[in-house]
Amino acid sequence: MSHKLTTQDVHVWYGSFHALKGVTLSVKPNTVTAFIGPSGCGKSTFLRLFNRMNDYIEGFHMGGEIIIDGRNIYGKRILVEELRKEVGMVFQKPNPFPKSIYDNVVYGLQIQGINDKHVLEEACETSLKQAALWNEVKDNLKKSALALSGGQQQRLCIARTLAVKPTMILMDEPASALDPISTAKIEELILELKSQYTIVIVTHNMQQAARISDRTAFFYLGELIEYDKTVNIFTNPKEEKTQSYITGRFG
Amino acid sequence: MSSRRNRIADRVFKLWAIGCTLIGIIMLGIFLVNIAIDGLGRIDWDFITSLPSRKAEKAGIYVALLGTVWILVLTAIIAIPVGVAAGIYLEEYGKKSRFASILEINITNLAGVPSIIYGILGLEVFVRTFGLGKSVIAGALTLSLLILPIIIVATREALKAVPKTLREASFALGATKWQTVSKQVLPAASGGIVTGVILAISRAIGETAPLILVGAIVYLNKPPQTPLDQYSVLPMQIFNWISRPEQEFSVNAAAAIIILLLVTFVMNGIAIYLRYRWQRKVKW
Repeated sequence: MSHKLTTQDVHVWYGSFHALKGVTLSVKPNTVTAFIGPSGCGKSTFLRLFNRMNDYIEGFHMGGEIIIDGRNIYGKRILVEELRKEVGMVFQKPNPFPKSIYDNVVYGLQIQGINDKHVLEEACETSLKQAALWNEVKDNLKKSALALSGGQQQRLCIARTLAVKPTMILMDEPASALDPISTAKIEELILELKSQYTIVIVTHNMQQAARISDRTAFFYLGELIEYDKTVNIFTNPKEEKTQSYITGRFG
Repeated sequence: MSSRRNRIADRVFKLWAIGCTLIGIIMLGIFLVNIAIDGLGRIDWDFITSLPSRKAEKAGIYVALLGTVWILVLTAIIAIPVGVAAGIYLEEYGKKSRFASILEINITNLAGVPSIIYGILGLEVFVRTFGLGKSVIAGALTLSLLILPIIIVATREALKAVPKTLREASFALGATKWQTVSKQVLPAASGGIVTGVILAISRAIGETAPLILVGAIVYLNKPPQTPLDQYSVLPMQIFNWISRPEQEFSVNAAAAIIILLLVTFVMNGIAIYLRYRWQRKVKW
């Protein structure tokens, strides 16, 4: 199995609105894949299919297949909770729980029934180190997560996701609410995490996509217009729409 | 010219609005001063710990006060779990079902039903059908029905105020619905729920009409020992004293009103404090 994720002719409807129209693509393990496109093009919808976060939206239904690690994740025998331990997610706006830093990181383990203090403390330290936040918070793990800065909160959310030990991480515009320095830290982090995880990121920032991703998919009005190596997308796109978008002619 | 006329109209309206606001406050003020003049001097430890008596100067509110406490505690024990659970179901689970929307309409309607109707319901169901008689538990069950809609609505409002992003964060980490609700959403909403519950219960303290129907006793010489005992409550005691011709008893009534108001004010105060603390503590 050379592909981590494969989608086959995926359609999504919200009620009668046809949000995604037949998207087919594959993602290799230990790569960063960026989804770009103007607002409302369906890239976030597509991302949220991979951990089934769209299930909560009223009127949502889909067609096609999504295979992660060889399993159809919309199949009957899939437990959504199990899937989400494999496929973590970081959201656009940092959304820490209104609890301590420590409680935030270990929550994902506690809900699996892990209560051993040593295991939790170790997991907390490891995850915070992976998320490059440990040095800033190690003396004050009992502090409320809401007292952290926006950039720190987002790295905490990443640490929280890593603690569950996923193999794939979805990021929905993870830096769009952050200042440039925090954004740079997040990007650096993504490049480091690539060696252990498969990362799919939605971004509005094209320089960001160019800097961190191996492959880029361009979406427009619910369709996958072009999917190629990032270098090709940004230097030599095959489609005219891609060309117009990356040169800033619309979007 | 017309702008001058507008300014006069503006000022007139402002005065009128101030006047309207003051009416309520002045009335309350007159009432409080009146009651305080009549009753404040009557309040002492004996007044609180004495049994009812035919002699006004010997009579106390002991039985009624304990009855009110009994009713309060039992009503809280019954109404809080049921009301909060119903609120959670309607807001978190049943949102889209037709069943839930029918329930919702009914609950909204129930909140507007006069309390005497609840008394009739309580009399028929708890006192007669269940055979509970004129007991504390029958009264508490009746008042529980009365305040259930308030608790349900308050719970739903508090849950609604918890942002979607918090739920998403929990789900995305592999939490089930119940784990998300119990470990994240409920704690975040607890301030709002507690506030609503306290306001609902302080409403129950003052209710008299339904308790008259389900058999609160006016003249009783010992407080209830078990939930199946007879009882009296403060509003009943006040009502009884006021209807006596002797002047001394209306002094007693004024003193009892002060105690009842005090209990209600304290409970509302706690509710306001909790709401304030909750709003400061949780910033999204």
